[in-house]
Amino acid sequence: MTEAQLMERAHSAQGSSLLTVRDVHGWYGESHVLHGVSFDVHAGEVVTLLGRNGAGKTTTLKAIMGILAKRRGSIVFDGRETIGLPARTIARAGIAFCPEERGIFASLSVEENLMLPPKVRDGGLSVEQIFELFPNLKERLSSQGTKLSGGEQQMLAIGRILRTGAKLLLLDEPTEGLAPVIVQQIGHTIAKLKRAGFTIVLVEQNFRFAASVADRHYVVEQGRVIDTIRNDDLESNLDKLHAYLGV
Amino acid sequence: MFELLGIPPQALFGQLLLGLINGSFYALLSLGLAVIFGLLNIINFTHGAQYMMGAFVAWMLLNYLGINYWAALVLAPVIVGITGVIIERLLISRLYHLDHLYGLLLTFGLALVIQGLFRNEYGISGLPYQIPPQLSGGMNLGFMFLPNYRGWVVAVSLVVCLATWFVIEKTRLGAYLRAATENPTLVGAFGINVPRLITLTYGFGVALAAFAGVLAAPIYSVNPNMGADLIIVVFAVVVIGGMGSILGSIITGFGLGLIEGLTRVFYPEGSAVVIFVIMAIVLLVKPAGLFGRAA
Repeated sequence: MTEAQLMERAHSAQGSSLLTVRDVHGWYGESHVLHGVSFDVHAGEVVTLLGRNGAGKTTTLKAIMGILAKRRGSIVFDGRETIGLPARTIARAGIAFCPEERGIFASLSVEENLMLPPKVRDGGLSVEQIFELFPNLKERLSSQGTKLSGGEQQMLAIGRILRTGAKLLLLDEPTEGLAPVIVQQIGHTIAKLKRAGFTIVLVEQNFRFAASVADRHYVVEQGRVIDTIRNDDLESNLDKLHAYLGV
Repeated sequence: MFELLGIPPQALFGQLLLGLINGSFYALLSLGLAVIFGLLNIINFTHGAQYMMGAFVAWMLLNYLGINYWAALVLAPVIVGITGVIIERLLISRLYHLDHLYGLLLTFGLALVIQGLFRNEYGISGLPYQIPPQLSGGMNLGFMFLPNYRGWVVAVSLVVCLATWFVIEKTRLGAYLRAATENPTLVGAFGINVPRLITLTYGFGVALAAFAGVLAAPIYSVNPNMGADLIIVVFAVVVIGGMGSILGSIITGFGLGLIEGLTRVFYPEGSAVVIFVIMAIVLLVKPAGLFGRAA
Protein backbone atom coordinates (compact mmCIF):
# COMPACT_ATOMS: atom_id res chain seq x y z
CA MET A 1 0.00 0.00 0.00
CA THR A 2 1.42 3.37 -0.97
CA GLU A 3 1.71 6.23 1.42
CA ALA A 4 -1.05 8.09 -0.37
CA GLN A 5 -3.40 5.16 0.05
CA LEU A 6 -2.55 4.88 3.73
CA MET A 7 -3.27 8.55 4.23
CA GLU A 8 -6.49 8.11 2.35
CA ARG A 9 -7.55 5.26 4.57
CA ALA A 10 -6.82 7.30 7.66
CA HIS A 11 -8.71 10.19 6.12
CA SER A 12 -11.84 8.25 5.38
CA ALA A 13 -11.72 6.58 8.78
CA GLN A 14 -12.40 10.00 10.28
CA GLY A 15 -15.70 9.91 8.45
CA SER A 16 -15.20 13.28 6.82
CA SER A 17 -15.28 11.95 3.28
CA LEU A 18 -18.13 9.78 1.99
CA LEU A 19 -16.63 9.46 -1.47
CA THR A 20 -12.93 9.64 -2.22
CA VAL A 21 -11.89 9.57 -5.86
CA ARG A 22 -8.16 9.27 -6.44
CA ASP A 23 -6.26 9.27 -9.73
CA VAL A 24 -9.05 7.61 -11.67
CA HIS A 25 -8.37 6.80 -15.28
CA GLY A 26 -11.10 5.68 -17.62
CA TRP A 27 -11.44 4.46 -21.17
CA TYR A 28 -14.16 4.07 -23.79
CA GLY A 29 -12.69 1.23 -25.80
CA GLU A 30 -9.26 2.46 -26.82
CA SER A 31 -9.90 6.09 -26.14
CA HIS A 32 -8.46 7.32 -22.85
CA VAL A 33 -11.03 9.74 -21.41
CA LEU A 34 -10.22 10.19 -17.72
CA HIS A 35 -6.63 11.12 -16.96
CA GLY A 36 -6.42 10.91 -13.19
CA VAL A 37 -9.56 12.37 -11.66
CA SER A 38 -9.30 13.10 -7.93
CA PHE A 39 -11.83 14.71 -5.63
CA ASP A 40 -13.70 14.22 -2.36
CA VAL A 41 -17.33 14.43 -1.44
CA HIS A 42 -18.28 14.80 2.20
CA ALA A 43 -21.42 13.31 3.65
CA GLY A 44 -24.40 15.63 3.22
CA GLU A 45 -22.73 17.80 0.61
CA VAL A 46 -23.91 18.82 -2.82
CA VAL A 47 -21.00 19.16 -5.21
CA THR A 48 -21.03 19.79 -8.91
CA LEU A 49 -18.71 18.76 -11.66
CA LEU A 50 -18.48 21.68 -14.05
CA GLY A 51 -16.69 21.74 -17.34
CA ARG A 52 -16.98 21.93 -21.07
CA ASN A 53 -18.56 19.26 -23.24
CA GLY A 54 -16.33 16.22 -23.43
CA ALA A 55 -14.31 17.16 -20.35
CA GLY A 56 -15.13 13.82 -18.73
CA LYS A 57 -17.88 14.76 -16.25
CA THR A 58 -20.38 12.11 -17.25
CA THR A 59 -17.60 9.55 -17.59
CA THR A 60 -16.54 10.34 -14.03
CA LEU A 61 -20.05 9.58 -12.79
CA LYS A 62 -20.06 6.36 -14.79
CA ALA A 63 -16.73 5.38 -13.31
CA ILE A 64 -18.06 5.94 -9.79
CA MET A 65 -21.21 3.94 -10.58
CA GLY A 66 -19.13 1.13 -12.05
CA ILE A 67 -20.71 1.20 -15.50
CA LEU A 68 -17.55 2.38 -17.22
CA ALA A 69 -16.08 -0.94 -18.30
CA LYS A 70 -12.42 0.05 -18.12
CA ARG A 71 -11.35 2.11 -15.14
CA ARG A 72 -8.28 2.31 -12.89
CA GLY A 73 -7.35 4.16 -9.75
CA SER A 74 -9.20 4.28 -6.47
CA ILE A 75 -12.79 5.11 -5.62
CA VAL A 76 -13.54 4.65 -1.93
CA PHE A 77 -17.20 4.92 -0.94
CA ASP A 78 -18.20 4.74 2.68
CA GLY A 79 -14.81 3.26 3.57
CA ARG A 80 -14.94 0.60 0.86
CA GLU A 81 -12.84 0.39 -2.29
CA THR A 82 -15.24 0.03 -5.25
CA ILE A 83 -13.00 0.37 -8.30
CA GLY A 84 -13.07 -3.35 -9.13
CA LEU A 85 -16.69 -4.03 -8.17
CA PRO A 86 -19.53 -4.56 -10.65
CA ALA A 87 -22.18 -1.84 -10.86
CA ARG A 88 -24.80 -3.93 -9.06
CA THR A 89 -22.54 -4.31 -6.02
CA ILE A 90 -21.76 -0.60 -6.00
CA ALA A 91 -25.49 0.12 -6.19
CA ARG A 92 -26.05 -2.18 -3.23
CA ALA A 93 -23.40 -0.29 -1.30
CA GLY A 94 -25.61 2.79 -1.53
CA ILE A 95 -24.85 4.77 -4.70
CA ALA A 96 -27.62 5.58 -7.18
CA PHE A 97 -27.34 7.03 -10.66
CA CYS A 98 -29.70 9.19 -12.68
CA PRO A 99 -28.40 9.21 -16.25
CA GLU A 100 -28.40 12.18 -18.56
CA GLU A 101 -30.82 10.52 -20.97
CA ARG A 102 -32.99 9.78 -17.89
CA GLY A 103 -33.31 6.09 -18.71
CA ILE A 104 -37.08 5.84 -18.39
CA PHE A 105 -38.16 2.42 -19.61
CA ALA A 106 -40.70 2.53 -22.43
CA SER A 107 -42.02 -0.96 -21.78
CA LEU A 108 -42.73 -0.14 -18.12
CA SER A 109 -45.51 1.96 -16.68
CA VAL A 110 -44.68 4.99 -14.55
CA GLU A 111 -45.40 2.94 -11.45
CA GLU A 112 -43.18 0.08 -12.61
CA ASN A 113 -40.41 2.55 -13.43
CA LEU A 114 -40.75 4.06 -9.98
CA MET A 115 -40.71 0.71 -8.20
CA LEU A 116 -38.00 -0.85 -10.37
CA PRO A 117 -34.81 -0.11 -8.40
CA PRO A 118 -34.71 -2.52 -5.48
CA LYS A 119 -34.28 -1.24 -1.94
CA VAL A 120 -30.61 -1.54 -1.07
CA ARG A 121 -30.85 -0.32 2.52
CA ASP A 122 -33.16 1.42 4.95
CA GLY A 123 -33.59 5.15 5.02
CA GLY A 124 -34.97 5.76 1.54
CA LEU A 125 -37.99 7.94 0.94
CA SER A 126 -41.41 6.35 0.95
CA VAL A 127 -43.50 6.47 -2.18
CA GLU A 128 -45.73 9.06 -0.47
CA GLN A 129 -42.73 11.28 0.21
CA ILE A 130 -41.71 10.99 -3.44
CA PHE A 131 -45.21 12.04 -4.47
CA GLU A 132 -44.90 15.04 -2.15
CA LEU A 133 -41.77 16.05 -4.05
CA PHE A 134 -43.25 15.29 -7.45
CA PRO A 135 -47.07 15.42 -7.28
CA ASN A 136 -47.30 15.06 -11.08
CA LEU A 137 -46.13 11.48 -10.92
CA LYS A 138 -49.02 10.37 -8.76
CA GLU A 139 -51.57 11.20 -11.42
CA ARG A 140 -49.66 9.41 -14.16
CA LEU A 141 -48.87 6.10 -12.46
CA SER A 142 -50.48 3.87 -15.06
CA SER A 143 -49.13 5.77 -18.08
CA GLN A 144 -46.35 4.34 -20.15
CA GLY A 145 -43.06 5.69 -18.79
CA THR A 146 -41.98 7.43 -21.94
CA LYS A 147 -45.39 9.07 -22.48
CA LEU A 148 -44.52 11.58 -19.75
CA SER A 149 -43.27 15.04 -20.59
CA GLY A 150 -39.52 15.64 -20.41
CA GLY A 151 -39.85 17.31 -17.02
CA GLU A 152 -42.01 14.51 -15.62
CA GLN A 153 -39.57 11.93 -16.93
CA GLN A 154 -36.77 13.73 -15.12
CA MET A 155 -38.82 13.73 -11.92
CA LEU A 156 -39.47 10.03 -12.35
CA ALA A 157 -35.78 9.37 -12.99
CA ILE A 158 -34.83 11.20 -9.79
CA GLY A 159 -37.81 9.95 -7.81
CA ARG A 160 -37.16 6.29 -8.40
CA ILE A 161 -33.64 6.39 -6.97
CA LEU A 162 -34.83 8.08 -3.76
CA ARG A 163 -36.75 4.98 -2.69
CA THR A 164 -33.72 2.72 -2.60
CA GLY A 165 -31.99 4.02 0.50
CA ALA A 166 -28.90 5.05 -1.46
CA LYS A 167 -26.94 7.74 0.36
CA LEU A 168 -25.06 9.13 -2.60
CA LEU A 169 -26.96 10.31 -5.66
CA LEU A 170 -25.18 10.86 -8.95
CA LEU A 171 -27.30 13.19 -11.09
CA ASP A 172 -26.18 13.72 -14.66
CA GLU A 173 -27.49 17.04 -16.04
CA PRO A 174 -30.94 16.84 -14.48
CA THR A 175 -31.95 20.22 -15.91
CA GLU A 176 -30.98 19.60 -19.50
CA GLY A 177 -33.62 20.68 -21.97
CA LEU A 178 -36.22 21.54 -19.33
CA ALA A 179 -38.39 24.63 -19.00
CA PRO A 180 -37.21 27.20 -16.41
CA VAL A 181 -40.12 26.51 -14.07
CA ILE A 182 -39.24 22.80 -14.03
CA VAL A 183 -35.56 23.60 -13.50
CA GLN A 184 -36.63 25.62 -10.48
CA GLN A 185 -38.68 22.73 -9.15
CA ILE A 186 -35.72 20.40 -9.51
CA GLY A 187 -33.54 22.96 -7.74
CA HIS A 188 -35.98 23.03 -4.81
CA THR A 189 -35.99 19.24 -4.80
CA ILE A 190 -32.21 19.04 -4.60
CA ALA A 191 -32.26 21.49 -1.69
CA LYS A 192 -34.85 19.34 0.09
CA LEU A 193 -32.86 16.19 -0.57
CA LYS A 194 -29.77 17.85 0.89
CA ARG A 195 -31.75 18.75 4.01
CA ALA A 196 -32.96 15.15 4.15
CA GLY A 197 -29.34 14.05 4.37
CA PHE A 198 -28.62 12.90 0.85
CA THR A 199 -25.18 13.47 -0.60
CA ILE A 200 -25.29 14.56 -4.21
CA VAL A 201 -22.80 14.76 -7.05
CA LEU A 202 -24.26 16.81 -9.85
CA VAL A 203 -22.98 17.18 -13.38
CA GLU A 204 -24.20 20.46 -14.79
CA GLN A 205 -23.85 22.63 -17.86
CA ASN A 206 -26.25 25.14 -16.39
CA PHE A 207 -23.84 27.11 -14.28
CA ARG A 208 -26.42 29.34 -12.67
CA PHE A 209 -28.43 26.32 -11.61
CA ALA A 210 -25.29 24.73 -10.18
CA ALA A 211 -24.54 27.86 -8.19
CA SER A 212 -28.04 27.83 -6.72
CA VAL A 213 -27.82 24.34 -5.24
CA ALA A 214 -24.19 23.34 -4.62
CA ASP A 215 -21.74 23.67 -1.74
CA ARG A 216 -18.70 23.23 -3.91
CA HIS A 217 -17.78 23.05 -7.55
CA TYR A 218 -15.11 20.91 -9.09
CA VAL A 219 -13.87 22.08 -12.46
CA VAL A 220 -13.19 19.20 -14.84
CA GLU A 221 -10.99 19.66 -17.88
CA GLN A 222 -9.49 17.05 -20.17
CA GLY A 223 -10.26 14.21 -17.84
CA ARG A 224 -8.90 15.80 -14.65
CA VAL A 225 -10.21 17.92 -11.81
CA ILE A 226 -8.22 21.10 -12.20
CA ASP A 227 -9.77 23.36 -9.60
CA THR A 228 -12.16 23.52 -6.66
CA ILE A 229 -14.33 26.52 -5.93
CA ARG A 230 -16.47 26.85 -2.84
CA ASN A 231 -19.89 28.18 -3.68
CA ASP A 232 -19.35 31.05 -1.20
CA ASP A 233 -16.27 32.10 -3.16
CA LEU A 234 -18.03 31.91 -6.47
CA GLU A 235 -18.52 35.65 -6.97
CA SER A 236 -14.85 36.41 -6.63
CA ASN A 237 -13.91 33.56 -8.96
CA LEU A 238 -16.37 34.25 -11.75
CA ASP A 239 -13.76 35.40 -14.25
CA LYS A 240 -11.64 32.36 -13.64
CA LEU A 241 -14.65 30.08 -13.97
CA HIS A 242 -15.78 31.72 -17.17
CA ALA A 243 -12.33 31.13 -18.58
CA TYR A 244 -12.54 27.44 -17.61
CA LEU A 245 -15.97 26.94 -19.06
CA GLY A 246 -15.43 29.13 -22.07
CA VAL A 247 -18.70 30.99 -21.57
CA MET B 1 -75.03 -31.76 -41.31
CA PHE B 2 -74.26 -28.51 -43.08
CA GLU B 3 -71.49 -28.12 -45.55
CA LEU B 4 -69.31 -25.08 -46.00
CA LEU B 5 -68.21 -24.32 -49.55
CA GLY B 6 -68.48 -28.00 -50.32
CA ILE B 7 -66.24 -28.99 -47.44
CA PRO B 8 -67.68 -31.50 -44.96
CA PRO B 9 -67.56 -30.04 -41.43
CA GLN B 10 -65.67 -33.05 -40.11
CA ALA B 11 -62.80 -32.26 -42.45
CA LEU B 12 -62.94 -28.54 -41.74
CA PHE B 13 -62.94 -28.85 -37.97
CA GLY B 14 -60.45 -31.69 -38.11
CA GLN B 15 -58.01 -29.46 -39.95
CA LEU B 16 -58.75 -26.52 -37.71
CA LEU B 17 -57.93 -28.69 -34.69
CA LEU B 18 -54.73 -29.82 -36.35
CA GLY B 19 -53.99 -26.17 -37.03
CA LEU B 20 -54.58 -25.34 -33.38
CA ILE B 21 -52.24 -28.17 -32.31
CA ASN B 22 -49.51 -26.93 -34.61
CA GLY B 23 -50.30 -23.41 -33.45
CA SER B 24 -49.76 -24.50 -29.83
CA PHE B 25 -46.26 -25.67 -30.67
CA TYR B 26 -45.57 -22.56 -32.74
CA ALA B 27 -46.73 -20.39 -29.86
CA LEU B 28 -44.74 -22.18 -27.14
CA LEU B 29 -41.59 -22.25 -29.24
CA SER B 30 -41.80 -18.74 -30.63
CA LEU B 31 -42.59 -17.43 -27.15
CA GLY B 32 -39.35 -18.94 -25.83
CA LEU B 33 -37.44 -17.55 -28.79
CA ALA B 34 -38.98 -14.12 -28.28
CA VAL B 35 -38.11 -14.04 -24.57
CA ILE B 36 -34.55 -15.13 -25.26
CA PHE B 37 -34.07 -12.75 -28.15
CA GLY B 38 -35.49 -9.86 -26.16
CA LEU B 39 -32.99 -10.08 -23.34
CA LEU B 40 -29.99 -11.88 -24.83
CA ASN B 41 -30.16 -10.45 -28.34
CA ILE B 42 -29.41 -13.92 -29.55
CA ILE B 43 -31.42 -15.83 -32.10
CA ASN B 44 -31.43 -19.20 -30.39
CA PHE B 45 -31.00 -21.66 -33.22
CA THR B 46 -30.63 -24.46 -30.66
CA HIS B 47 -34.32 -24.04 -29.86
CA GLY B 48 -35.49 -26.87 -32.12
CA ALA B 49 -32.90 -29.23 -30.70
CA GLN B 50 -33.98 -28.28 -27.19
CA TYR B 51 -37.60 -29.02 -28.10
CA MET B 52 -36.42 -32.42 -29.33
CA MET B 53 -34.44 -32.91 -26.11
CA GLY B 54 -37.63 -32.31 -24.13
CA ALA B 55 -39.33 -35.16 -25.99
CA PHE B 56 -36.29 -37.41 -25.60
CA VAL B 57 -35.88 -36.70 -21.90
CA ALA B 58 -39.54 -37.60 -21.40
CA TRP B 59 -38.95 -40.81 -23.33
CA MET B 60 -35.80 -41.61 -21.32
CA LEU B 61 -37.52 -40.89 -18.01
CA LEU B 62 -40.26 -43.34 -18.96
CA ASN B 63 -38.10 -46.08 -20.46
CA TYR B 64 -35.07 -45.95 -18.17
CA LEU B 65 -36.59 -44.82 -14.89
CA GLY B 66 -40.27 -45.60 -15.27
CA ILE B 67 -41.26 -41.99 -14.65
CA ASN B 68 -44.62 -41.24 -16.23
CA TYR B 69 -45.83 -38.49 -18.54
CA TRP B 70 -47.17 -36.20 -15.82
CA ALA B 71 -43.92 -36.11 -13.90
CA ALA B 72 -41.99 -35.77 -17.16
CA LEU B 73 -44.08 -32.74 -18.04
CA VAL B 74 -42.39 -30.98 -15.12
CA LEU B 75 -39.06 -32.81 -14.92
CA ALA B 76 -38.06 -32.74 -18.59
CA PRO B 77 -38.33 -28.93 -18.94
CA VAL B 78 -36.36 -28.52 -15.70
CA ILE B 79 -33.62 -30.90 -16.85
CA VAL B 80 -33.37 -29.41 -20.34
CA GLY B 81 -33.60 -25.92 -18.83
CA ILE B 82 -30.59 -26.73 -16.67
CA THR B 83 -28.62 -27.81 -19.72
CA GLY B 84 -29.63 -24.47 -21.22
CA VAL B 85 -28.28 -22.66 -18.16
CA ILE B 86 -25.00 -24.54 -18.52
CA ILE B 87 -24.78 -23.71 -22.24
CA GLU B 88 -25.47 -20.04 -21.53
CA ARG B 89 -22.89 -19.78 -18.74
CA LEU B 90 -20.25 -21.81 -20.52
CA LEU B 91 -20.61 -20.66 -24.13
CA ILE B 92 -23.20 -18.05 -25.05
CA SER B 93 -22.22 -15.59 -22.32
CA ARG B 94 -18.81 -15.22 -23.95
CA LEU B 95 -20.39 -13.79 -27.08
CA TYR B 96 -22.47 -10.91 -25.73
CA HIS B 97 -19.88 -8.31 -26.64
CA LEU B 98 -19.79 -9.56 -30.24
CA ASP B 99 -22.16 -9.18 -33.18
CA HIS B 100 -25.48 -11.13 -33.04
CA LEU B 101 -24.22 -13.27 -35.87
CA TYR B 102 -21.79 -15.09 -33.59
CA GLY B 103 -24.55 -16.14 -31.22
CA LEU B 104 -26.55 -17.37 -34.18
CA LEU B 105 -23.59 -19.38 -35.49
CA LEU B 106 -22.84 -20.85 -32.06
CA THR B 107 -26.41 -21.91 -31.37
CA PHE B 108 -26.80 -23.25 -34.91
CA GLY B 109 -23.65 -25.32 -34.47
CA LEU B 110 -24.84 -26.54 -31.09
CA ALA B 111 -28.13 -27.64 -32.63
CA LEU B 112 -26.27 -29.70 -35.23
CA VAL B 113 -24.06 -31.28 -32.58
CA ILE B 114 -26.98 -32.13 -30.28
CA GLN B 115 -29.07 -33.55 -33.11
CA GLY B 116 -26.07 -35.53 -34.34
CA LEU B 117 -25.50 -37.04 -30.92
CA PHE B 118 -29.12 -38.13 -30.60
CA ARG B 119 -29.18 -39.45 -34.16
CA ASN B 120 -26.07 -41.46 -33.46
CA GLU B 121 -27.55 -42.97 -30.33
CA TYR B 122 -31.20 -43.47 -31.27
CA GLY B 123 -31.34 -43.47 -35.06
CA ILE B 124 -33.89 -41.54 -37.07
CA SER B 125 -36.78 -43.97 -37.26
CA GLY B 126 -38.47 -42.46 -34.23
CA LEU B 127 -39.38 -43.89 -30.83
CA PRO B 128 -42.98 -44.35 -29.72
CA TYR B 129 -44.34 -42.56 -26.65
CA GLN B 130 -47.79 -43.56 -25.47
CA ILE B 131 -50.53 -41.09 -24.74
CA PRO B 132 -51.05 -41.16 -20.95
CA PRO B 133 -54.05 -43.39 -20.13
CA GLN B 134 -55.93 -40.51 -18.48
CA LEU B 135 -56.00 -38.70 -21.83
CA SER B 136 -56.61 -41.54 -24.24
CA GLY B 137 -59.85 -41.72 -26.14
CA GLY B 138 -61.85 -38.74 -27.24
CA MET B 139 -65.12 -36.86 -27.18
CA ASN B 140 -67.74 -36.52 -29.83
CA LEU B 141 -68.61 -32.85 -29.92
CA GLY B 142 -71.41 -33.35 -32.41
CA PHE B 143 -69.71 -31.53 -35.24
CA MET B 144 -66.38 -33.32 -34.83
CA PHE B 145 -64.49 -35.94 -32.86
CA LEU B 146 -61.98 -34.42 -30.42
CA PRO B 147 -59.17 -36.71 -29.23
CA ASN B 148 -58.68 -35.91 -25.55
CA TYR B 149 -54.93 -35.63 -25.78
CA ARG B 150 -55.11 -33.03 -28.56
CA GLY B 151 -57.61 -30.99 -26.61
CA TRP B 152 -55.28 -31.17 -23.64
CA VAL B 153 -52.29 -29.97 -25.71
CA VAL B 154 -54.16 -26.92 -26.95
CA ALA B 155 -55.53 -26.06 -23.52
CA VAL B 156 -52.31 -26.49 -21.56
CA SER B 157 -50.28 -24.62 -24.20
CA LEU B 158 -52.67 -21.73 -24.00
CA VAL B 159 -52.48 -21.70 -20.20
CA VAL B 160 -48.67 -21.83 -20.17
CA CYS B 161 -48.43 -19.09 -22.80
CA LEU B 162 -50.82 -16.82 -20.92
CA ALA B 163 -49.06 -17.52 -17.61
CA THR B 164 -45.76 -16.58 -19.21
CA TRP B 165 -47.29 -13.42 -20.62
CA PHE B 166 -48.70 -12.57 -17.20
CA VAL B 167 -45.37 -13.05 -15.42
CA ILE B 168 -43.51 -10.94 -17.97
CA GLU B 169 -46.04 -8.14 -18.31
CA LYS B 170 -47.58 -7.92 -14.86
CA THR B 171 -45.05 -8.87 -12.18
CA ARG B 172 -41.98 -7.32 -10.59
CA LEU B 173 -39.74 -10.01 -12.04
CA GLY B 174 -41.22 -9.32 -15.46
CA ALA B 175 -40.55 -5.60 -15.01
CA TYR B 176 -36.88 -6.40 -14.34
CA LEU B 177 -36.86 -8.50 -17.47
CA ARG B 178 -38.48 -5.84 -19.64
CA ALA B 179 -36.25 -3.12 -18.23
CA ALA B 180 -33.11 -5.22 -18.73
CA THR B 181 -34.21 -5.89 -22.29
CA GLU B 182 -34.23 -2.13 -22.90
CA ASN B 183 -31.18 -1.04 -20.93
CA PRO B 184 -29.23 -3.76 -19.10
CA THR B 185 -26.50 -1.35 -17.97
CA LEU B 186 -28.89 0.91 -16.10
CA VAL B 187 -30.75 -2.02 -14.57
CA GLY B 188 -27.41 -3.32 -13.32
CA ALA B 189 -26.66 0.12 -11.90
CA PHE B 190 -29.85 -0.19 -9.83
CA GLY B 191 -28.35 -3.20 -8.09
CA ILE B 192 -30.06 -5.96 -10.06
CA ASN B 193 -27.97 -8.96 -11.03
CA VAL B 194 -28.46 -8.77 -14.79
CA PRO B 195 -26.13 -11.64 -15.76
CA ARG B 196 -28.14 -13.96 -13.51
CA LEU B 197 -31.38 -12.64 -14.98
CA ILE B 198 -30.03 -13.39 -18.46
CA THR B 199 -29.01 -16.92 -17.50
CA LEU B 200 -32.39 -17.66 -15.93
CA THR B 201 -34.21 -16.20 -18.92
CA TYR B 202 -32.30 -18.43 -21.29
CA GLY B 203 -32.99 -21.42 -19.06
CA PHE B 204 -36.68 -20.53 -18.98
CA GLY B 205 -36.94 -20.09 -22.75
CA VAL B 206 -35.24 -23.45 -23.23
CA ALA B 207 -37.55 -25.04 -20.67
CA LEU B 208 -40.55 -23.78 -22.65
CA ALA B 209 -39.16 -25.48 -25.75
CA ALA B 210 -38.63 -28.71 -23.80
CA PHE B 211 -42.18 -28.46 -22.43
CA ALA B 212 -43.46 -28.27 -25.99
CA GLY B 213 -41.29 -31.29 -26.75
CA VAL B 214 -42.91 -33.35 -23.99
CA LEU B 215 -46.36 -32.34 -25.24
CA ALA B 216 -45.35 -33.36 -28.75
CA ALA B 217 -43.89 -36.74 -27.80
CA PRO B 218 -47.20 -38.71 -27.85
CA ILE B 219 -48.39 -36.95 -31.03
CA TYR B 220 -45.33 -37.19 -33.21
CA SER B 221 -42.83 -39.93 -32.65
CA VAL B 222 -39.74 -38.99 -30.62
CA ASN B 223 -37.19 -38.30 -33.31
CA PRO B 224 -33.84 -36.49 -33.37
CA ASN B 225 -35.00 -34.43 -36.34
CA MET B 226 -38.39 -33.42 -34.96
CA GLY B 227 -37.10 -29.98 -33.92
CA ALA B 228 -35.15 -29.23 -37.06
CA ASP B 229 -38.30 -29.62 -39.17
CA LEU B 230 -40.38 -27.44 -36.92
CA ILE B 231 -37.95 -24.67 -36.07
CA ILE B 232 -37.81 -23.18 -39.56
CA VAL B 233 -41.56 -22.57 -39.47
CA VAL B 234 -41.25 -21.21 -35.93
CA PHE B 235 -38.67 -18.69 -37.06
CA ALA B 236 -41.11 -17.52 -39.72
CA VAL B 237 -43.75 -17.19 -37.00
CA VAL B 238 -41.38 -15.10 -34.89
CA VAL B 239 -40.58 -12.85 -37.84
CA ILE B 240 -44.29 -12.36 -38.55
CA GLY B 241 -45.13 -11.65 -34.92
CA GLY B 242 -42.18 -9.35 -34.39
CA MET B 243 -38.92 -10.27 -32.71
CA GLY B 244 -39.10 -9.92 -28.97
CA SER B 245 -42.85 -9.33 -28.69
CA ILE B 246 -44.39 -11.62 -26.07
CA LEU B 247 -48.08 -11.32 -26.84
CA GLY B 248 -47.25 -11.11 -30.54
CA SER B 249 -45.58 -14.48 -30.59
CA ILE B 250 -48.49 -16.13 -28.76
CA ILE B 251 -51.16 -14.67 -31.02
CA THR B 252 -49.24 -15.26 -34.24
CA GLY B 253 -48.35 -18.78 -33.14
CA PHE B 254 -51.95 -19.86 -32.67
CA GLY B 255 -53.20 -17.68 -35.53
CA LEU B 256 -50.78 -19.03 -38.10
CA GLY B 257 -51.48 -22.59 -37.00
CA LEU B 258 -55.16 -21.95 -37.76
CA ILE B 259 -54.41 -20.29 -41.08
CA GLU B 260 -52.25 -23.23 -42.03
CA GLY B 261 -55.10 -25.59 -41.12
CA LEU B 262 -57.59 -23.59 -43.18
CA THR B 263 -55.22 -23.58 -46.13
CA ARG B 264 -55.01 -27.35 -45.87
CA VAL B 265 -58.79 -27.49 -46.27
CA PHE B 266 -59.28 -24.98 -49.05
CA TYR B 267 -56.01 -25.13 -50.95
CA PRO B 268 -53.98 -28.11 -49.72
CA GLU B 269 -51.15 -27.46 -52.17
CA GLY B 270 -50.43 -24.15 -50.45
CA SER B 271 -50.42 -25.36 -46.85
CA ALA B 272 -46.69 -26.00 -46.71
CA VAL B 273 -45.78 -22.50 -47.86
CA VAL B 274 -48.60 -20.31 -46.60
CA ILE B 275 -46.67 -19.21 -43.50
CA PHE B 276 -43.68 -18.20 -45.58
CA VAL B 277 -45.87 -16.29 -48.01
CA ILE B 278 -47.39 -14.42 -45.06
CA MET B 279 -43.88 -13.78 -43.75
CA ALA B 280 -42.83 -12.27 -47.07
CA ILE B 281 -45.91 -10.02 -47.14
CA VAL B 282 -45.43 -8.92 -43.52
CA LEU B 283 -41.77 -8.17 -44.16
CA LEU B 284 -42.76 -6.01 -47.11
CA VAL B 285 -45.51 -4.12 -45.31
CA LYS B 286 -44.32 -4.05 -41.70
CA PRO B 287 -40.67 -5.12 -41.42
CA ALA B 288 -40.70 -5.03 -37.61
CA GLY B 289 -43.43 -7.67 -37.57
CA LEU B 290 -47.13 -7.40 -36.73
CA PHE B 291 -46.51 -6.74 -33.04
CA GLY B 292 -42.90 -5.56 -33.20
CA ARG B 293 -41.77 -2.09 -32.25
CA ALA B 294 -39.82 -0.47 -35.04
CA ALA B 295 -36.22 -0.06 -33.93
